[in-house]
Amino acid sequence: MAKAKSAYSVPTKGGKPDTHIIVVWVDNEAGVLARVVGLFSGRGYNIESLAVAEIDFKRNISRVTIVTTGTPQVIDQIKLQLKKLVPVHKVADFKREDKRVIFKEMALFKIVSSEKNIKKSLNACKTFHPVILDKTNKSAVIQITALRREIDLMMKKLKPLGLVSASRTGAVAMTRGADIFN
Amino acid sequence: MPKLYTGAEIVFKCLEDQKVEYIFGYPGGAVLPIYDELKNHSSIKHILVRHEQGAGHAAEGYARSSGKPGVVLVTSGPGATNVVTALTDAYMDSVPLVCISGQVPTHLIGTDAFQECDTTGITRPCTKHNWLVKNIDDLPRILHEAFHVATSGRPGPVLVDIPKDIQFAKTKYSKPKFEKKLNGKSHNKFSQKEIDQLIDLITKAKKPIFYTGGGVINSGPKASEALRELVHLTGFPITSTLQGLGAYPGDDHQFLGMLGMHGTYEANNAMHDCDLLINIGARFDDRITGKIDEFSPKSKKVHIDIDPSSINKIIKVDLSVVGDVYEVIKSTIKTINKKKINFAKSNKQQISNWWQQIQKWRSKDSLGFTNSDVTIKPQFAVQRLYELTKNQDTYITTEVGQHQMWAAQHYKFNKPNRWMTSGGLGTMGYGLPAAVGVQIAHPKKLVIDIAGEASVLMTMQEMSTAIQYNLPIKIFILNNQYMGMVRQWQELLHEKNYSESYSEALPDFIKMAEAYGCKGIKATDPSELDEKIQEMIDYDGPVIFDCHVDPTENCFPMIPSGKPHNQMILGPKDKDENKITGKGKSLV
Repeated sequence: MAKAKSAYSVPTKGGKPDTHIIVVWVDNEAGVLARVVGLFSGRGYNIESLAVAEIDFKRNISRVTIVTTGTPQVIDQIKLQLKKLVPVHKVADFKREDKRVIFKEMALFKIVSSEKNIKKSLNACKTFHPVILDKTNKSAVIQITALRREIDLMMKKLKPLGLVSASRTGAVAMTRGADIFN
Repeated sequence: MPKLYTGAEIVFKCLEDQKVEYIFGYPGGAVLPIYDELKNHSSIKHILVRHEQGAGHAAEGYARSSGKPGVVLVTSGPGATNVVTALTDAYMDSVPLVCISGQVPTHLIGTDAFQECDTTGITRPCTKHNWLVKNIDDLPRILHEAFHVATSGRPGPVLVDIPKDIQFAKTKYSKPKFEKKLNGKSHNKFSQKEIDQLIDLITKAKKPIFYTGGGVINSGPKASEALRELVHLTGFPITSTLQGLGAYPGDDHQFLGMLGMHGTYEANNAMHDCDLLINIGARFDDRITGKIDEFSPKSKKVHIDIDPSSINKIIKVDLSVVGDVYEVIKSTIKTINKKKINFAKSNKQQISNWWQQIQKWRSKDSLGFTNSDVTIKPQFAVQRLYELTKNQDTYITTEVGQHQMWAAQHYKFNKPNRWMTSGGLGTMGYGLPAAVGVQIAHPKKLVIDIAGEASVLMTMQEMSTAIQYNLPIKIFILNNQYMGMVRQWQELLHEKNYSESYSEALPDFIKMAEAYGCKGIKATDPSELDEKIQEMIDYDGPVIFDCHVDPTENCFPMIPSGKPHNQMILGPKDKDENKITGKGKSLV
């Protein structure tokens, strides 16, 4: 007998995992997010970030954007399994590196510090078009939109300048040019 | 002003419009309005089970043997949680079920009310879809949609949760005029190009094999007919999964028997060595493939399936045809007949060497066993049961374990929908309630549950149901006093440490049969077996047959421990060869 004390197969070498952004159009009905998220957890797929909101009020359609990692085989399975869900209309998927697609996350930073440091913080955020949403003489709430890793970097940079709280969304995606998802 | 109906009335109006004849259920507080309405609908008969799991399995047996969806009616809370096993079972084996569950009134949802549970939350991962009806106006649409989802595409279970106040509320009812297209979830759009590619592969193959599964059964009796035609036309060998048995005649020369963990030597070796593997309606389950890396390494692989997510899930294939099995086979046969008139003849020569090789494997007689005239060998018992029932249209259900595999190996099925077993989920306790459902669908036919003594005790209470409705089901227990498959694995994988796999204090099945009000028969000697089996068949009523078999018998052949197909352990007759390592074996 073999040493492995199991009648199950041993794991096989999969391909290299890639980060993908999966966009799902769903009926905006009770429990629909649980179906999507439950599919991921139930089948062992991971979710890096998630963004969801209704985009078509007449037809009650929500758009779910999920960032996930997986081998090509796993990504294919995710798409096919999602398409089987009854409230799912369509599914699109992009690699994070895909140049034809814009990915953006939004972050709100609360800086509690001196005027000088707040100014410095704003400067640091310059490339990401910061918007000041609230300001007092010892605090500010700054909004930026950027890529995930850029926001990660900004948080590191703002820490010594008085970043006390950060709130971030999941990524949302849109194709460049006149093309639309299909 | 159109007539207004209560929710409970609408439930029955929908069931009537869906031509439902039987519902399997158990009443309770949150479904009482529906039960109250039952008396006004004579075309629908309610079968009262003894446990909601039994209702689910009975509905599965009904559905699988009749091709119609099974309908289950349970109450909230424990009623719903008890049916979860059966729903999961139906989900794994693609059985169309519509489960209607009661729920506490809408204003109490979320308050931890008496017998409240989050039914749709609990059943979300084990149904194709489920609905919580919050508005009476949605009820007719949802119920019809439920039947559509359950029966279309790859079939499966659905659940509709109806709060008690919705069952009392009133609305209009009209039968939906058109079938709602469910976001384009019907997949039957294969192209002629794919069929041409398939035929190209078929004509070039020198070592082909058909590997067929439950999808053929689910596609309807026509699909089995078409499969037989295709297999005869091509002359190719065919093997079947556990769920596919009966789609192709089990006693036909071209049939190699079941494949997989306890499949035949010839079927598994043919899978390993083939150059063309045509999967029709099967899903490369891990009990079939063994070690994935070494699965059928030299073959081109074709996968025909109605579920796109089954394609490339486990095994990468070279050609996939997504569609209904019957439609695909029909179109394949049509194209073969149209294009290659001489195809059949020339092709049979091309694969004659392959058949010779298969004959060599076959001569191993991998299902052989050493019979005894002292104890009843379980394989012998199944063989005798087959011989004595093969001349009538017999429906077989099973529990899960060794007896299930012996039944699959030694009982030969010639028609689809005659074999009901829990394959995907492997639910012990499936067979007895399933037999109840089968007998309901086929009152005049012989229905036998080939059971193990451990499994059958899990749902034994359903004997009461069989008595109540005069269902003459035969429970044929291969009693070896062990959870046999567990014991076998402990013997082979855990140094014979039989941890908790021996059933102490088994009941006296004869007395148990009498207590339920059915007949009990016991056999311990091989010489009396035929006579006793005949007695069971001839008895007009339910029977519990306690067949005492050799407790140490193991189920062979077997693919052990994540090994590939060509490294099987054969039976005890073949002990010397067991010692040959992987490399040596592949030379055989």
